[in-house]
Amino acid sequence: MRVVFKLFASLSDLLPAERRGNLVDIEVMPGTTVGDLITRYRVPEKSAHLVLVNGHYIAPAARNTHVLKEGDELAIWPPIAGG
Amino acid sequence: MGWNRKVLRVNLTEGTCKEEPLNMQWADEYLGSRGLATKYLVSEIDPKVDPLSPDNKMIMSTGPLTGTMASTGGRYTVVTKGPLTGAIACSNSGGFFGAEMKFAGWDMIIFEGRSPKPVYLYVENDKAELKDASDLWGKSCWETEESIKHRHQDPLIRVSSIGLAGENQVLFACIVNDLHRAAGRSGVGAVMGSKNLKAVALRGTKGMSGIKDMKAFMKITAEKKKVLADNAVTGQGLPKYGTQVLMNVINEMGALPTRNHQNVQFEEAGKISAEAMHEKRPTDGKTHLVTNAACFGCTIACGRISEIDKGHFTVVNKPEYWGASGGLEYEAAWALGAANGVGDLEALQYANLLCNEQGMDPISFGATIGAVMELYEKGVLTKEQIGIAAPFGSAEALATLSELTARGEGFGKEIGQGSKRLCTKYGYPELSMTVKGQEFPAYDARGIQGMGLTYATSNRGACHLRSYTVASEVLGIPVKTDPLVTEGKPELVKAFQDATAVFDAAGICVFTSFAWTVADVQPQIEAACEGDWSMEKLNAMGERIWNMERLFNNAAGLTRKDDDLPPRLKTEAAQTGPAKGLVSGIDKMLPEYYTLRGWTQEGVPTPETLERLGL
Repeated sequence: MRVVFKLFASLSDLLPAERRGNLVDIEVMPGTTVGDLITRYRVPEKSAHLVLVNGHYIAPAARNTHVLKEGDELAIWPPIAGG
Repeated sequence: MGWNRKVLRVNLTEGTCKEEPLNMQWADEYLGSRGLATKYLVSEIDPKVDPLSPDNKMIMSTGPLTGTMASTGGRYTVVTKGPLTGAIACSNSGGFFGAEMKFAGWDMIIFEGRSPKPVYLYVENDKAELKDASDLWGKSCWETEESIKHRHQDPLIRVSSIGLAGENQVLFACIVNDLHRAAGRSGVGAVMGSKNLKAVALRGTKGMSGIKDMKAFMKITAEKKKVLADNAVTGQGLPKYGTQVLMNVINEMGALPTRNHQNVQFEEAGKISAEAMHEKRPTDGKTHLVTNAACFGCTIACGRISEIDKGHFTVVNKPEYWGASGGLEYEAAWALGAANGVGDLEALQYANLLCNEQGMDPISFGATIGAVMELYEKGVLTKEQIGIAAPFGSAEALATLSELTARGEGFGKEIGQGSKRLCTKYGYPELSMTVKGQEFPAYDARGIQGMGLTYATSNRGACHLRSYTVASEVLGIPVKTDPLVTEGKPELVKAFQDATAVFDAAGICVFTSFAWTVADVQPQIEAACEGDWSMEKLNAMGERIWNMERLFNNAAGLTRKDDDLPPRLKTEAAQTGPAKGLVSGIDKMLPEYYTLRGWTQEGVPTPETLERLGL
């Protein structure tokens, strides 16, 4: 199944070459979790600060159990802030 | 340096500058800057005064940590009655101007009356005098700063000034210092313009003095700087990407107000984001962002310095805009971009430069353009009236209307009245995305519920910096809360409001609160200032400041009906994103908030609350 994987700010460089801006469409096996993709793309644990699936926050404790569905959009940011 | 214990009172009608002692009893109750200046203002003016009349006063004030070694200790505040809102106006700015006021030996400057002709205030340490500014009237903030430095042959003078917007009393005119820092909101620049006060120029060489316990102060400020440096947000995230990094975050969360709040996600958010500012342009191979920048004493350095594409249609043959200059920050990029459906980063920077150059609040300006574009698309306003076709997404319209508004020409005069007055004039008051007449900043109240209550209850009209619950609801600082629910938000908003008042009164930047709490600020104040500054005292002071501002607003005629959101946010549900189907739960949150505050259900502090706070 396909999901959209997005990395922002300093994490952008971890995206594969076929990226379009800050996102890449990827094929994943059913049952793939948020944590699986964080590991696969070597996002340092401390840098996976803000993790959203379809805009909803995924707490650190839920990342290894949150299973992605077809068409999901996973977006990750390092520690950032604004105002 | 704690306090200099000196106030400069400038009577513009009489042309006098007089020194008076700082009221130390008030300093003990309100600390400084926002707190202390507001105490002076509410004690000296009639709350019902016309904001643009000579009877209104305008106060520029530092806090006790301004000009010290405390990180971000460069802030000053402008307090007055706001012409955009009719409420208390309190706008805070960084740069170097605030510290210079302390180095010249003053804590605050009170301006009263109206000068019969344009003047600027020149302060060199103890010497203060009003000087003729007839030749500066009509000049931009940038030209004014350069002219004053040249006139006095001193490049180290720090200048705050108004541009054409302030002169023309654009109701969201701001006061610009150090070229691109601004006391931005609520129209404080219009008040300055109404007083025929073009600029304030400061030169201070007295340095730092008056710290209660210098050894303890140096030790604690060094410790707290390390807290900022070690924190991933203040040590890395903000300096590298600035506030602009929120553009994609808030868009993903479905809380990016788009096209005058008709939508909550902008399909071109990525094109106007921090990430886009880091990418090389196809046109000239350069990145938009040149470097980051810091205000006085700041160890975070979130500021953005950018260079516009010289070939962009907005700046062809306009070399005055080609150099590296301030922007884009998140709020400006949102207001000039997503709020209008404009995804052209260079056009946004051009409009932002005009705001800095002529002294306009880009939030209120950009949001008002959003209202104009909606009225245009509804057929209420025509191309002939506006002077240009103005559909959502038109970078050309944004650029042209920026010029017209900054110069006070054509339809720009109507835009300069803000969206509330403009939408009301054309029969659609409900299309003004404002509270108390002030335009919303960059967070949709349907997708971040706490911000709806923040906007509704902000004493200076819709504002994100009075209780930035985004920190908790989005970023998880200090704890993560669910942005889509209303439960717990009244407590959260009240806590943020009271704590923010402490940061503001101290003279430091609220961005430190991404790493610090009041408990980190307290020992710095304790070491710097005479008296006992316990946590209990500071917490009570934050609440006291909030209630003092509220009392002023109530006396000015504002009531519960002014603590409300536009109907769009309460009846038109978000159509996409996590908040799909949601409207703001303001009507659920407000009664609970009043109860927590110790106010009646009409929004009036009870006698018990006033007694508890010493008001």
